[in-house]
Amino acid sequence: MNALVILVPAALFLGLGALVAFLWSLKGDQYEDLEGAAWRVLVEDEEDKVPAADPAPGGR
Amino acid sequence: MAALTRDALASAGEEPFVHAQPNGEKRLELSVPEAHCAACMRAIEGALTQLDGVTGARVNLSTRKVAVTWRGAAQSAGSVVTALDRAGFAATPFDPAADDAAADEDGRFLIRCLGLAAFGAGNVMMYSVAVWAGLGGEMGLGTRTVFHAISGLISIPITLYAGQPFYRSAWKALKAGRANMDVPISLAVLLSLALSIYQTAIGAAYAYFDASVTLLFFLLIGRVLDNRLRARARGAARALLGLQSATARLLTDAGAVKTIAARDIAAGDRLVVMPGERIPVDGVVEAGASDLDLAMVSGESVPSAVMPGARVGAGAMNMGARLEIRATATIDSSLVAELVRIIEAGEQNRSAYVRLADKAARLYVPIVHTIAFAVFVGWWALADNGFAQAVHNAVATLIITCPCALGLAVPATQVVAVGRLLKRNVLVKSGDALERLAQAKIAVLDKTGTLTLGRPELVDRADEAVLADAARLARASRHPLAEALVRAAGAGPMAAAHEVPGLGMEAEIDGEVWRLGRGVWLGAQGATTDALELWFRRGAAAPVRFLFRDAPRPDMKIFVDGLKARGLQVHLLSGDRRAVATALAADLGIDHVAAEVMPADKVDYLTRLGAGGAKVLMVGDGLNDAPALAAAHVSVAPASAADAAQAAADFILIGAPLSPILEAIDVSRAARRRVLEGFGFSAVYNVIAIPFGAAGFVTPLIAAIAMSGSSIVVVLNALRLMGGRAR
Repeated sequence: MNALVILVPAALFLGLGALVAFLWSLKGDQYEDLEGAAWRVLVEDEEDKVPAADPAPGGR
Repeated sequence: MAALTRDALASAGEEPFVHAQPNGEKRLELSVPEAHCAACMRAIEGALTQLDGVTGARVNLSTRKVAVTWRGAAQSAGSVVTALDRAGFAATPFDPAADDAAADEDGRFLIRCLGLAAFGAGNVMMYSVAVWAGLGGEMGLGTRTVFHAISGLISIPITLYAGQPFYRSAWKALKAGRANMDVPISLAVLLSLALSIYQTAIGAAYAYFDASVTLLFFLLIGRVLDNRLRARARGAARALLGLQSATARLLTDAGAVKTIAARDIAAGDRLVVMPGERIPVDGVVEAGASDLDLAMVSGESVPSAVMPGARVGAGAMNMGARLEIRATATIDSSLVAELVRIIEAGEQNRSAYVRLADKAARLYVPIVHTIAFAVFVGWWALADNGFAQAVHNAVATLIITCPCALGLAVPATQVVAVGRLLKRNVLVKSGDALERLAQAKIAVLDKTGTLTLGRPELVDRADEAVLADAARLARASRHPLAEALVRAAGAGPMAAAHEVPGLGMEAEIDGEVWRLGRGVWLGAQGATTDALELWFRRGAAAPVRFLFRDAPRPDMKIFVDGLKARGLQVHLLSGDRRAVATALAADLGIDHVAAEVMPADKVDYLTRLGAGGAKVLMVGDGLNDAPALAAAHVSVAPASAADAAQAAADFILIGAPLSPILEAIDVSRAARRRVLEGFGFSAVYNVIAIPFGAAGFVTPLIAAIAMSGSSIVVVLNALRLMGGRAR
């Protein structure tokens, strides 16, 4: 039963951690657009794109 | 509609929708109903971020809105709408009003409560399961009491905080002398908490801390779903109302044109109405000649010609040339305002509808509370250790009969149904609209703009060469009949034609005078004013007639047959001429036709139909339909409908086809069945559970299993609506 002295606070600590994480995500507007988030992974970010070849004349 | 809004905004001196941010940026929110996929999102955000000075653009697909921020004066509401229009998306700016922010805060509070309850339910259950497992005797009295105490420490603050939505609502209801579903919920939660504290204090075997928190957790899920649905419905309604913030062009004495809000128009003001704009208030034409499209106002499909001196009504669309009118009324005394008043009267009528859940609560609350009271009195009078046992069993009865499944059945089903319909391009404006649609037995359909597209189409294309010649003149005109002629003729050259206001187009080609326009102007024999027609004449040749008709929607036959197959009686109700209406009805196999009906008479017609107790579904699009849409038991409007009609309707169709209405009927009927199944299940569950509670057999373990089990069954049943065919 001595294990409870450690396990009970540990469990509560983990649970509270999850709760704080949830409230934090709520505050950060993470639940504002649930549908869009699923689609957004399919969209390429502009800055990640390979830059287009230099269209300078005389290239080819 | 987009074009109208854009023009109005581009010329507006001030920016009513743009908000200055604390960091110096300007922020604008727009509703973009056509955004529905990753490609749309990318196209919209791409188009906006390319604009000068734009610092951010983010699409919210759930609400179909875009938020744009920019710096400096390079952009305005008008330029943003124009950019979106060019990218292929019709957008409407809207103003997130103060009450929206409050509603948003309510939603966040509910989610915070839900998070807390989830944390509490999960953690308390760890100790509860340990206690239940140790009830055989392995667990010492001390450990059990400590576990109960820890459970109490977690659940007391959480129950008190996260239960607030229910306590407040119950208190409000009790103060008003009523009892709603939140009264038994609050009683069960608070009594089980108090009982558990008492049991822990005396070191007893049973504590119901887990029950009170888990109960809140499940009920909060229902509450959050319900709140999301309402927020979405409110958003849809607000986006539509945004369209109504109309502006008008005032002609000042100095001859300048000034943009003012339509509500500031005074009688006697001189106003300019450009082609493509609607006449803001009733008035008299002072200068200019043009054709007015009255389809939205009266349902009449043939445009009417106006000259100086003619009286014009608010809501008519100017199709030809610039008009100057003198206002004879303010916006409050105009035809449109009159219609709005009829709409409001109809909506009050509709608010008398009692939602299924409230009906269930009215039945449920007195029965359960009477039983719990009887249990208390019975045990007190009969049992040996009287009072303590009586309290315990009465509370146990209240806990186990707590309307958890009842609270979840309706929101879970409606959220699933509304989500499914949105994917099929049907916007649902309120949750109880689904319940009302399921009851519809009679369908009343408007003609112009509803069964038809409200867009002319060439009927006879006898001579291709003549058509090609006429199209050369027509390409220079913005008149809808000319545009229909061009659509029929396809691509080709444009003549250097000029418009003769109110009469038609004229050009000089190869030394001949070519004219396209009114029959009278061309001296044609047999020219009429009550048909959709254009006449064409080359020099001295005989005039040729082009006949048009209002283009039908592609699937209207399927739609009408589908309505009949679903057991609905179909009526056609039109403001158009009798001959046109009966011909269409015969085509579609509609037996009941009423033509040449005035707006107020449409309401009477619906009232007569509904007098027999039959619930009426109204489908319409015009301003003249709006009162009928509001007065009907349930109503649908296409997205092309007049603003007032969209505001009055319960469902909005985003695309051109009508058949999504059939799916909406199927889904609403399936949803009603799921809700009733949920109620039936709850009733059976309670009939079984109440004797156990009354007899004192409800241990915390049984309470936990019974409550969670019943809630999960109801939610799973609601989820069945998601896939497959709705039957």
